[in-house]
Amino acid sequence: MRYAIQAEGLVKHYGETKALDGVDLAVPPGRLLGVLGPNGAGKTTAVRILATLLSPDAGSASVLGFDVLRQAHQVRSLIGLTGQYAAVDEMLTGVENLVMIGRLLGLSRSESRQRAKALLERFDLADAGGRATKTYSGGMRRRLDLAASLVGRPQVLFLDEPTTGLDPRSRTELWGVVRGLMADGVTVLLTTQYLEEADQLADDIVVFDHGRVIASGTSDELKATTGAQVLEVRPLDAQQLELVAKVVTDVIDEEPELSGGKVTAAVYDPAVVPAVVRRLDDLGVVASELTLRKSSLDEVFLSLTGHRAEEPADQEEVLV
Amino acid sequence: MTAVTTLVPPSAVSRRVGLGATIQQTFTLAWRSLVQIKHNPWELLDLSIQPIMFLLLFTYVFGGAISGSTGDYLQFALPGLLVQNALFYTLSTAIGLNTDITKGVFDRLRSLPIARVAPLAGRIIADTFKQVWAFALLVGFGMVLGFRVTTSVAGLVGALALLVVVALAMSWMSVLIGLKASNPEKVQMIAFSAMMPLTFTSSALVPSDTFPGWLKAWSDVNPVTHLADAIRGLLIGGEVADPALVSLLWSAGFVLVFAPLAIRVFRKHV
Repeated sequence: MRYAIQAEGLVKHYGETKALDGVDLAVPPGRLLGVLGPNGAGKTTAVRILATLLSPDAGSASVLGFDVLRQAHQVRSLIGLTGQYAAVDEMLTGVENLVMIGRLLGLSRSESRQRAKALLERFDLADAGGRATKTYSGGMRRRLDLAASLVGRPQVLFLDEPTTGLDPRSRTELWGVVRGLMADGVTVLLTTQYLEEADQLADDIVVFDHGRVIASGTSDELKATTGAQVLEVRPLDAQQLELVAKVVTDVIDEEPELSGGKVTAAVYDPAVVPAVVRRLDDLGVVASELTLRKSSLDEVFLSLTGHRAEEPADQEEVLV
Repeated sequence: MTAVTTLVPPSAVSRRVGLGATIQQTFTLAWRSLVQIKHNPWELLDLSIQPIMFLLLFTYVFGGAISGSTGDYLQFALPGLLVQNALFYTLSTAIGLNTDITKGVFDRLRSLPIARVAPLAGRIIADTFKQVWAFALLVGFGMVLGFRVTTSVAGLVGALALLVVVALAMSWMSVLIGLKASNPEKVQMIAFSAMMPLTFTSSALVPSDTFPGWLKAWSDVNPVTHLADAIRGLLIGGEVADPALVSLLWSAGFVLVFAPLAIRVFRKHV
């Protein structure tokens, strides 16, 4: 078995909507696969199939060699799932939520309590453990939710948009937790709408759009696929922005993007840089910033899909 | 052999859930529904205050007008209130289940290697326990106000048993509503608009003799009437066998109709 998570040709339809339209995935043991895509791209549907919550209309998938349909019970005993919503019982305390999971997994009462205590400490929730979780903040709930999915010491972890709706600090904290899990050798499949998150955490990235995988590779590979680098020019005098845009248009023969007081353009030939500099110099324009850099994942996404990742998609993610 | 295969020898992963584990998981989930009461005293209060409020309201506001004296009315109405409360309470199963589904807790449970039936069975056991608690509370409070069981302890136990059986039969409908409704508030609305007319057009709270002909005709076939008559017979004397049998037949009918529907929807979820 080369892959901890493997999926071939997954298809799932909801009436007319194709949530998944032939998806292949392969995650080697101990790696973190980032599944990147906008709302409605099919990320959640894929996770639900892999976590045995949903049957595909076609295709097959296995986790650690066990088929998600025929050997669902074995799969369930090896995975942990943290869904899009913090799935904790709001009426129970943090400790009780974790003890419940421990008991369900066959741990004794004292083992369950020890495990709960250890996990709460690890996730910085020890002080709040005795409080009903409805009093928790969003970040605390997510951490408890993640802790709940770790009670059974899973070897494969599914994190479905674990940081959606979190403030930047809580997000960074959660990233730290995920990195810690990676150090333990857990295989992780993480879905996200945030390019930065995939860039920060993922070993490999697949990009979903409209139920299909439209690109895959490491973050650097993806950034290289567009074949472009990004030229950014910011004039010292903001009045000259239009003029700079005109110069860039003349040189690269394409309309650049104007935003935030600078001109941004994809360039394929590094030789355009000195050309732009010369022209600007001739016109007496002083640039306060002039850079040539690799495309960001955001730009990769834009060039792959024709729309930006954070743009609201035309259809909502179908949850069943 | 790669690292992963050595980590998880197929033999080390159990294939199914045994009976002992199923029972233990069911009781863990029943515990989970009951321990909530500890942190949410309001639920307990809701469970206790509402029937007591009904009891006081009906006895002291309507009692004299309906039966001539509050004492006579209490004796008549308490069995009916027990029925009304039990029927309303079956929908707590729907509300609890629906809350789990909308909050994602249901998915979490389904992603665990536990018996598929445990979440449902655990909840129903907990709700049955709550039914018994509400019954005891209502009878106890009724006794303080002057209600007397004039039959026997066996009659009291029989009344409780009949209510629990009917409630369990109705919980299939409750499960179906809980799985289908889009949110817990909707469950409450469905519950209210179905249960309210049913209980008020029965003999649960007033003798149906004064109803106009058409309403009397309806009341005579209303399952709540039969159940209320049976409980009344068991607690203060009167006919038991016939209305109890009709109630049990209704329950069987409920199970026959709603159990397959609920199981079908549940399977789709599981």
